[in-house]
Amino acid sequence: MNIEKIRKDFPILEREVHPGKKLVYLDNAATSQKPNQVIDVISEFYRNNNANIHRGVHKLSEESTEMYDDAHTKVSKFINADKMEEMIFTRNTSESINLVMHSLVDGKLKKGDEIISTVMEHHSNIVPWTILKDKGIKVNFVDINEKDGILKLEQFEELINKNTKLVTCIHGSNVLGTINPVKEIGKIAHDNDAFFLVDGAQSVPHMKVDVKKMDCDFFAFSGHKMLAPTGIGALYGKEEILENISPFMYGGDMIKEVSLEKSSWNDLPWKFEAGTSNISGGIGLGAAVDYLESVGMDDIRDHEIKLTEYALNRLEEVDGLKLFGPKDMKIRGGVVSFVLNKVHPHDVASIMDTEGVAVRSGHHCAQPLIERLGENSTTRASFYLYNTKEEVDKLIEGIEKVKKTFRL
Amino acid sequence: MYQENILEHYENPQNFGEISNPTVSVEDSNPLCGDKLGVHILIDDKEIIKDIKFHGHGCAISMAAMSMLTEKLLGKNINYIKDLSKDDILEMLGIPISMTRIKCALLSLKISKLGFIEYHKDK
Ligand SMILES: Cc1ncc(COP(=O)(O)O)c(C=O)c1O
Repeated sequence: MNIEKIRKDFPILEREVHPGKKLVYLDNAATSQKPNQVIDVISEFYRNNNANIHRGVHKLSEESTEMYDDAHTKVSKFINADKMEEMIFTRNTSESINLVMHSLVDGKLKKGDEIISTVMEHHSNIVPWTILKDKGIKVNFVDINEKDGILKLEQFEELINKNTKLVTCIHGSNVLGTINPVKEIGKIAHDNDAFFLVDGAQSVPHMKVDVKKMDCDFFAFSGHKMLAPTGIGALYGKEEILENISPFMYGGDMIKEVSLEKSSWNDLPWKFEAGTSNISGGIGLGAAVDYLESVGMDDIRDHEIKLTEYALNRLEEVDGLKLFGPKDMKIRGGVVSFVLNKVHPHDVASIMDTEGVAVRSGHHCAQPLIERLGENSTTRASFYLYNTKEEVDKLIEGIEKVKKTFRL
Repeated sequence: MYQENILEHYENPQNFGEISNPTVSVEDSNPLCGDKLGVHILIDDKEIIKDIKFHGHGCAISMAAMSMLTEKLLGKNINYIKDLSKDDILEMLGIPISMTRIKCALLSLKISKLGFIEYHKDK
């Protein structure tokens, strides 16, 4: 993997964010930067092809339709789904999970049913389920082992029962970096006839994902964290399940035939894509997948492992710094959360910013997890394919500056 | 942003603690940052702030602002808070505050306003 060449594809990485301070972008878990190859495909689409899809018979409509449909095929292949019918485009992970919730609530979930989630989740995989309390549906949460930040797997077995209709978990943690054993968790769900939904927002961008191997029923992720634009995300669902659950939104494009009394639903995946889609975003996501595949997901994962290992080693040497998450790189992604003595993470991130280093501070939309870790917030650095060891060094220099500022 | 006076207030916050019989007690948070501060105010018959103490946790900016504001408010009429503005807080801090940190600086103002409202609610 040629990092120098890769970095040239991302024009933003050349930016100075403060006089004399070049951008060191370590907030990839929030959103990734975009390569020219994606930016160009989108602007080229608007310059050349733009039309509405699935309706016109004219040339541009035909081209746009083909490009948008093609993107579905690319993205489904990327996660090893069997066919594009199983690939629904949404706005983001949150919308994908909400889609599953609404579609299951309309016919598959009833009073007395239970759901199993985990304390490791992003709010987007907690709130859609806890609001079902009003409908008499209970959510149980699997705890973590706080020392190494891994799930207490045995609790899935303990919590599951005949009322459990859905088991869901985060694939890669956006706070701890933990990569969860989704295949094993899915087996527990299926042995008990429950659906299995995986939040893949932090895994798909960074490693090879195979939805068939993990045998999940639903898999949600966001385009903007994997080099694609904002406003496009995806939901994979098994065909036979998608055939059998209710649509999420109703209106144009998702129907086959409409009379004033009754409508029949369109074929998959369009049954779940009501109204004019984010066509350019979808095409951009296809281009992002092309880019990631041209680099190679295994190489990207290797690169991030090396960077993360290096970062963890260097951070361990910093006095007064507490790290979270597993040490074993086999089950760890490129996310590093830490707290520094009594310095508030907000102050850490602000001082880092003056050096051009972009890191995140706060609860990372995972308040229950942060609370479980006994913190109010953490500082987080997260890596991607274009990050370098030199940038990790800048992170460490930034921390030294924080310590100096706070006279530690 | 991290000038001496800010760090001084952060490391040695003034009026930090609690009052056992406050006239009003309010708290608020900036959930995104995980900052949470509360304030106890003791107000006498003439509506003068006799004592004011704050508690909780926050970043250097929110803590320093709260610390400075309690110093400013002590001995003043509670209605002084009514006209207190964002600019007053920024002037009090005397440092350039970036867009992203304005919420931290203004948590103190928000809590004081809540205290003012709480005081008049009981009447
Ligand atoms: C693990 C995880 N799940 C879900 C989300 C939500 O993604 P989005 O905001 O794109 O819906 C995020 C993004 O922060 C995430 O990290």
